[in-house]
Amino acid sequence: MIRKAKEKSPNLAIELAGISLKNPVMVASGTFGYGEEYAELIDLNRLGAIVTKTITLKPRLGNEPPRIVETASGILNSIGLQNVGIDAFINEKLPFLREFAVPLIVSIAGETLDEYVELAKTLRGEEISGLELNLSCPNIKYDRKLMFAQDPQATHQVVSSVRKATSLPLIVKLSPNVTDIASIARTCEEAGADGISLINTFLGMAIDVESREPMLRQITGGLSGPAIKPIALRMVYEVHKVVEIPIIGVGGIMAARDALEFIIAGAKAIAIGTGNFVDPRTPIKVIDGIREYMIKNKIKDIKSMVGSLKCPKGSL
Amino acid sequence: MLQIDAKILMNEEIAPERYRMALSAQEIARQARPGQFIHVRVSEGYTPLLRRPFSVHRVQGQKIELLYKVMGKGTEILSKKKRGEYLDILGPLGKGYRLPSATLKGSDIILVAGGTGVASLKFLAESILLGHPELSILVLIGAKNKEQLLCERDFRRLGCRVKVATENGTRGYKGLASGLLEKCLPLSGDSPNPLVFACGPTEMLRRIGEISRRHRLPCQVSLEEHLACGIGACFGCVVKAKSSTYTYKRVCKDGPVFDAGELIWE
Repeated sequence: MIRKAKEKSPNLAIELAGISLKNPVMVASGTFGYGEEYAELIDLNRLGAIVTKTITLKPRLGNEPPRIVETASGILNSIGLQNVGIDAFINEKLPFLREFAVPLIVSIAGETLDEYVELAKTLRGEEISGLELNLSCPNIKYDRKLMFAQDPQATHQVVSSVRKATSLPLIVKLSPNVTDIASIARTCEEAGADGISLINTFLGMAIDVESREPMLRQITGGLSGPAIKPIALRMVYEVHKVVEIPIIGVGGIMAARDALEFIIAGAKAIAIGTGNFVDPRTPIKVIDGIREYMIKNKIKDIKSMVGSLKCPKGSL
Repeated sequence: MLQIDAKILMNEEIAPERYRMALSAQEIARQARPGQFIHVRVSEGYTPLLRRPFSVHRVQGQKIELLYKVMGKGTEILSKKKRGEYLDILGPLGKGYRLPSATLKGSDIILVAGGTGVASLKFLAESILLGHPELSILVLIGAKNKEQLLCERDFRRLGCRVKVATENGTRGYKGLASGLLEKCLPLSGDSPNPLVFACGPTEMLRRIGEISRRHRLPCQVSLEEHLACGIGACFGCVVKAKSSTYTYKRVCKDGPVFDAGELIWE
């Protein structure tokens, strides 16, 4: 059937933390490198936004291998933020990414509060659309043992300090390895965050029963993939109830239906992570799938779906 | 690098649990170089979740061939695929064997294969002989037992000299292919500095690197590693390599073929 010309195609565009996205489908930090590899396989210009692999102040070698192991419907990783460091990123990686008409969100991580601030200051004046604070990498060791995102006070300090150091939109990526994700998210909002990415990986492990050795050299690592989707979804749902700022849903999204679940639960945008490894075309398939769903269900604007969960009467 | 749905032209068991698969993949066949691999999605579902990497075993016109052993769930699913079905593949990926013409001239070549490591070396032998039919290639093939020896006849047909090693001694040299290499060196003949190319289990490659170093032979090894993305984005498959201190290189993108001398074996 040919659609009438006057019938408008559904509107997938959103505004996220002050950034205009042509659709709500982003690619998640750490799974897309700096775009160079995937640019050979898909049209990056179709993406809603790109979140770069996390950058640190100094180059990081990363953890000793083995760094990845496949588990049931998931992957454990302990990469350890191997990256070229902020200077090489700006000089060698950023020029390539700027060639595309896609908002660029740069993920940054520090081992200390000061490093976060320093990174934010270094990126002032660069042509980027926003920052994502990675407060939740499970694979780097902090002096204080905890990740920033596991400590509400430390989270507040980092977010408010970086807030003062930059005028760029500020997204905070949180860890699911906490008791009360909603209160940490609220802390971010109070500290001046413009958006929240939910979630980073879950701490997990796998053991070789023959050798009785851990499968990862670092013993534990972060679990991602379809295995974590229901938990990620629950966390988006919980956080959406208590914050006003937009949420980016991340965790095991492999298809449009997964993305739609996150949007209905309250995510304004979603990001594909592990799905990029399985099929580089996943983000494109998700964009097309969301559009098809909207046409089929006569939904004119994606925004009307955000947080549209219909709970049974009487439930909280 | 391309992503295509490739039609399966053949998938046959050539030795116990060892399969040869042919795929129709015109553009990948055109671009592929020896030592490169393709990354195959074996299942539409989430078990297994990740793709599986396979060296290009042979290129023939629009066809690429793979040689694989059933190791786990992924390869088991692959072994049950039928002719006419399609596979989602990415490729060609990685950096293959380096064959600078200047070094090749007048050199003897030694290929050392352990198990299914033989897969990429056949493509290499064919390529070398295509450009330099005058070169003499010695192929050392190792396997657990004589039933699992692969491609012996293929290499002989190409005109290579072939020696075999089995761990249980049922054929040829008793021991690993690396032991057989040690025994063959130094080569008698007029080429004092043969080039060594090896593919197989990591421990075998470590030994071959060590033997080559002692005999001062240039040696390239192709590493086998578990991969996630396969294209260099995730940094999951790294190997320790020399720099001023050390660095981690990606097996999928900086390799899978490395100079044995640049790796730090642990």
